[in-house]
Amino acid sequence: MRLLFILGEIGSGLRRNLSMVISVVLVTFVSLTFVGAAGMLQMQINQMKGYWYDKVQVAVFLCNDGSTAVGCASGPATKEQQANLQAMLESPAVKQYINDFQFESQAEAYTHFKEQFSNSPIVDSVSEDQLPASFRINMKNPEKYQIISETFSSQPGVETVSDQRQVLERIFSWMNGASVAAMGVAAVMIFCAVLLITTTIRLSAFSRRRETGIMRLVGASKTVIQLPFILEGVIAAVVGAVLASVTLWLMAHFWLNGDLSTQFLNTPFISSTQVLVIAPVLIALGAGLAGISSLLTLRRYLKV
Amino acid sequence: MLSLPPSKARAPAVGLGDYVMSGGVLRAMIRFENVTKVYEQNARPALDSVSLEINRGEFTFLVGASGSGKSTFLRLILKEDKASSGSVYVAGQNVANISSWRVPKLRRGIGVVFQDFRLLPQKNVFANVAFAMQVIGKSRSIIRETVPEVLKTVGLEGKERRMPHELSGGEQQRVAIARAVVNRPGILLADEPTGNLDPITSMGIMGVLDKINQNGTTVVMATHDDDIVNEMRRRVVELKNGKVIRDEAKALYTSMIPVVGESRRLKDASGEELNRAQGAQL
Repeated sequence: MRLLFILGEIGSGLRRNLSMVISVVLVTFVSLTFVGAAGMLQMQINQMKGYWYDKVQVAVFLCNDGSTAVGCASGPATKEQQANLQAMLESPAVKQYINDFQFESQAEAYTHFKEQFSNSPIVDSVSEDQLPASFRINMKNPEKYQIISETFSSQPGVETVSDQRQVLERIFSWMNGASVAAMGVAAVMIFCAVLLITTTIRLSAFSRRRETGIMRLVGASKTVIQLPFILEGVIAAVVGAVLASVTLWLMAHFWLNGDLSTQFLNTPFISSTQVLVIAPVLIALGAGLAGISSLLTLRRYLKV
Repeated sequence: MLSLPPSKARAPAVGLGDYVMSGGVLRAMIRFENVTKVYEQNARPALDSVSLEINRGEFTFLVGASGSGKSTFLRLILKEDKASSGSVYVAGQNVANISSWRVPKLRRGIGVVFQDFRLLPQKNVFANVAFAMQVIGKSRSIIRETVPEVLKTVGLEGKERRMPHELSGGEQQRVAIARAVVNRPGILLADEPTGNLDPITSMGIMGVLDKINQNGTTVVMATHDDDIVNEMRRRVVELKNGKVIRDEAKALYTSMIPVVGESRRLKDASGEELNRAQGAQL
């Protein structure tokens, strides 16, 4: 009986304040979308770091069939060229700069590639011989990259020498910046959401002051009087959080793993199932914010 | 009904012969002990050391000019306000000792009726009365059984489906009374219940309140209506500037006994205040 009564009160409250409730839904939706986007960026950074970071600092790519660099004029790198490069890496002149190195064959490169892009259709269109073999070098001091680059780039059979860490660092710092910016926008929007929820609950309490006054006089408990108002705010915020989660999932599914993954072939993107981890966090955050701000508002504007 | 108080709250029953247990039931339903209520620090107190007892089943009129402290008196019983000093006992329990989460329980034992009815305009008569039972969690079957009974008591049989705006003022007040007593409170407080009604309708309302009182409910009614008070001949407590200046059984609206000492003292303090108060009283 009391449950039905409370549900009825919530229903009438939501209907009476429909425009305010919709604005609460939208503001929480936008703010939590930004929170979620920041979270997704962090997940993306971790995903990329997990594969590349610390593992690789400098890569010496060998020529393959499709190479167009000057050093590759004579076709794919031969066994002798490869052995020659390995000998150079082991020579004391180079060895003093590096911790260790490893050779990644085309087969290994292909295996790694498949792991990275397990969510992407690109795997099917790439074959083993399209990927270059490489020496992966772990530097003692990444700043000495120039020495390695000068030594190896002119060698026969070497297509290019790249300091992947530098490239990655730039990408990561850009992504970090974007995630901080998203959090900043989210913070402002959450502040808006809290203010809006507060105002909505206040209006709701004001428009139903007759009912609450009578409830008080006949001895209704604090819970029965306040719960409908709190749940109104919480329901609106949770609807916003669900919308935000759906939006993020759609973004991951159709944009990251659709459009972007075909454009940026050598980037591992987070999968849309990973995004689902963020959804409960967003819903809890929305519900918590709305609950606390409603409770504080009621304490001031709805005497029991 | 209000539950009996814990023994701790009952302790200071000193020197008041009336305040005893009779057959396990307390006689004093409402008791004020030197109660003072100050709203603003420097202003005259709304109630000024009022001591008063109202017994179980009694019908008491609270009379006095506007601002004499009648409403404050009622608010203190409901624990809407806290006494600045002194103690208020309801059913033997000191309301100051009731924790805030138990205040609803106190209020379930007290029905309240106002001058402006305070009905919910979008609910019909039945729903307005049922509302008071719904919010304290009564079951649907009990509500369906009790509400028509109470509506019959207040003389509104067959008007369950009417909306408040389709009713006369008197009928609306009857709905409000039905709502106030539907949970069978031990006390009914009425704050000028006839203030918006014509004399004949008012007498009808008094009939309803009298009937409720006959059923054992303690009734305290604040009023300006001298005709009603003179007609009913019940106990009259007169307040003036926050003090009780008369407490008479079976009395009239205006006292037959002049209260000389009190008047003189007030005149000395503030002549203007006294004139205004007397004007309203006559």
